Amino acid sequence: MTSRRQIRVGKSWMSPSEAEKALREAIRVQKEEERQHGDDHHHQGFVRTYIFSTDHKWIGIQYAITALLFLLFGFGLMLIMRWQLAFPGQPIPFLAGLLGDARAPGGILLPEAYNELGAMHGTIMVFLAIVPLAVGAFGNYVVPLQIGAPDMAFPKLNMMSYWVYAVGGVIMLMSFFAPAGAAQSGWTSYPPLSVIAGAGQTWWLVGMIFLITSSLLGSVNFLVTIIQLRAPGLTFMKLPFFVWAQFITSFLLLLAFPPLEAAGVMQLMDRVLGTSFFLPTGLVVGGEIVQAAGGGSPLLWQHLFWFLAHPEVYVLILPALGIVAEVIANNTRKPLWGYRAMVYATIFLGFMSFVVWAHHMFLTGMGTTISAFFQTTTMIISIPSVVILTSLFLSLWGSSMRFNTPMLFALAFLPMFGIGGLTGLPLGLAAADIHLHDTYYVIGHFHYVVAPGTIFAMMAGIYYWYPKVTGRKMNEKLGKLHFWLSLVFINVIFAPMFIQGLAGISRRLYDGGEQYAHAHPALKMNIPMSYAAWLLLLAQLPFIFNFFASIKWGEKVGSNPWSATTLEWAATTSPPLGHGNFVEIPVVHRGPYEYNAPGTTDEMDFLAQNAEDPVAPDGGFFPQHAVAKQEA
Amino acid sequence: MEIPYTIQARPDTGLYNGKLGIWLFLASEVMLFGALFSSLILLRTGAETWPAGWERLNVPLATLNTFILIGSSVTVILSWASLRLGDFRKAKIYLGITLLCGLGFMVIKAIEYGTKFSHHYYPSTDTFYSVYYMMTGLHGLHVLGGMVVFAYLLGPGAKMWEKEPGRYTNRVEVTGLYWHFVDLVWIFLFPILYLL
Repeated sequence: MTSRRQIRVGKSWMSPSEAEKALREAIRVQKEEERQHGDDHHHQGFVRTYIFSTDHKWIGIQYAITALLFLLFGFGLMLIMRWQLAFPGQPIPFLAGLLGDARAPGGILLPEAYNELGAMHGTIMVFLAIVPLAVGAFGNYVVPLQIGAPDMAFPKLNMMSYWVYAVGGVIMLMSFFAPAGAAQSGWTSYPPLSVIAGAGQTWWLVGMIFLITSSLLGSVNFLVTIIQLRAPGLTFMKLPFFVWAQFITSFLLLLAFPPLEAAGVMQLMDRVLGTSFFLPTGLVVGGEIVQAAGGGSPLLWQHLFWFLAHPEVYVLILPALGIVAEVIANNTRKPLWGYRAMVYATIFLGFMSFVVWAHHMFLTGMGTTISAFFQTTTMIISIPSVVILTSLFLSLWGSSMRFNTPMLFALAFLPMFGIGGLTGLPLGLAAADIHLHDTYYVIGHFHYVVAPGTIFAMMAGIYYWYPKVTGRKMNEKLGKLHFWLSLVFINVIFAPMFIQGLAGISRRLYDGGEQYAHAHPALKMNIPMSYAAWLLLLAQLPFIFNFFASIKWGEKVGSNPWSATTLEWAATTSPPLGHGNFVEIPVVHRGPYEYNAPGTTDEMDFLAQNAEDPVAPDGGFFPQHAVAKQEA
Repeated sequence: MEIPYTIQARPDTGLYNGKLGIWLFLASEVMLFGALFSSLILLRTGAETWPAGWERLNVPLATLNTFILIGSSVTVILSWASLRLGDFRKAKIYLGITLLCGLGFMVIKAIEYGTKFSHHYYPSTDTFYSVYYMMTGLHGLHVLGGMVVFAYLLGPGAKMWEKEPGRYTNRVEVTGLYWHFVDLVWIFLFPILYLL
């Protein structure tokens, strides 16, 4: 009976405690050897270990820290905007000095500065915070471990992706110091406004070209890693759902980003070389005809931009769904309900996301036929999203859940993403969109998807994989405080936006819509919304403290504190070995979520992907395993 | 630590990492140039008048360039084939010819650009020239990128042949695939910009 709990190390079989000892011994020996061969290639200097590292784990951490800082910075920009929306025309407390006279004379925010904050909030959150966190950080750290790979397929390219991203980020930050400030044409940078805008827009375009290049390098790396470096026995249908989510995400990044790169180059040429790709003939600005050849098309930019930016929405959400799936399966102690359906839905979602882009453009007068096409595809793409979300909900049914911090974030994700998704349906229908377009309803919709949706999933992921990265757990009490406060405040911010939007308040008004009589009843909500936003910042303090303090004082844990089945927990130490992750590449015998499967016991209620088949009481195999063996 | 399948192909996919990587990269390049060609079509169909390319551009020089690029695609394959046969000296000669072809292409392109500039035809002149300079310019950057890699493989990168001949051969093959793509883009660019 002891055999079912044995783990293979090298060529021999051991009990988990013996295996743990053997791993520690292996690490000790490795360290000893490294110390003896000081010039050995394992032993690298400070720069190669911590700055220009090629180790996917360290690059993942670099991405995580950078992206979290950008997340905080982007959030900070919004907090200033929330003051202007709640108390238009009143001097900003505390920060007025920081903004300076050029942006806020006498502490009162100028319209140009408001536009600057809005454009940069969107850009930073999407391209510098969420995508690098979801793909760069979680993807880099977790995917190679989950597929049993020693590293990414191209470690140097991986390092380059991070540094190109970092340069892009620095350029975006520098643009705040450009004459007339950073980009002010929204995160969508629609021409002709963006072409005639100040110098900050040029910085924005150059920064974007760096960020796009980084994403392209990264996505090639992820795809090759997942296709080529899967451990023996790990077939595609045995991949953890998180890996599937990253796989499809990488395809989206690979194929959707180049058109924006093309568009970015064209807009850059419009601004620097005086071309007219996006400038129509006879454009009048401030009563004067713009000196340009003309003949271009502003709509061309919108098509190219949304051809990227709609798949980008799924880039934001798929890794989040992957993290939630991992956390839910682990804490319900059950297999995911409908794993295959979820995988097929994700693939279908990936395909469909390329043919829905023009639902962002119903108001451009494309014609009813095109509108009808895009609203049909938009309705179709909601089906796979619902399949995935429903599967996750059904996975909860009849389980005895563990309510730890990662699970709370994952559970909150489900209804929050549900609200975000369902409120998107009226926007996908051309008739309803005409009323709702560019109102706060749109802001409410996509922030529900991304903020209490994706960001909550990212938080679940941070609390879940923190023990893998550091060998220590984050504090549960602080985690729960962080969760409950965040959940309340984030809903107070975003739920009223639906009402404001239905009342017709435009999303881009500097004074929040003071001049519009119809808006006044709904405008009052701005004050509690803004207070909630500032309180949300305070609610992050327990997290920030927890994140750093737990590195030193967190509860020490073993290699598999959550009793998880996937390889990153079951086959390597916490933190994993510096070079190569595994003492020996694991061999995979089964699917990713064998919790409470036949052959498990109460004290050992899971079968790791790399564990040997358990032995039945009669000495043979359990029927399920016997069938699986025959099929193999 | 060794990354698996850097030299040998993985049995179930039949590819080594670099080859799969370059194919995926080329897929993204197809999307890049696809977006540019789509933009050209949209701008052209939306324009009131659009000049014929052969009236404005130098067709004989571009034809010569087409043959130069096609020739260089052949020599890069011959270089890879020589490496497979273990003939490093021949492979270097063929790689050198490929590099020279790339250089020749760029020189001819520079002559074309120079003539246009001397007649005061700039990217800002009209949408036709905007598209012409943008597309040939981006293609030229791709050619330049390929030349840098060839120069590296001939120069400091050639040492790899001594230690890891398999890996060096793979590098030449992967660069060759990229080079064929750059060639293919030109084969689309030439008729669409110069002949239509």
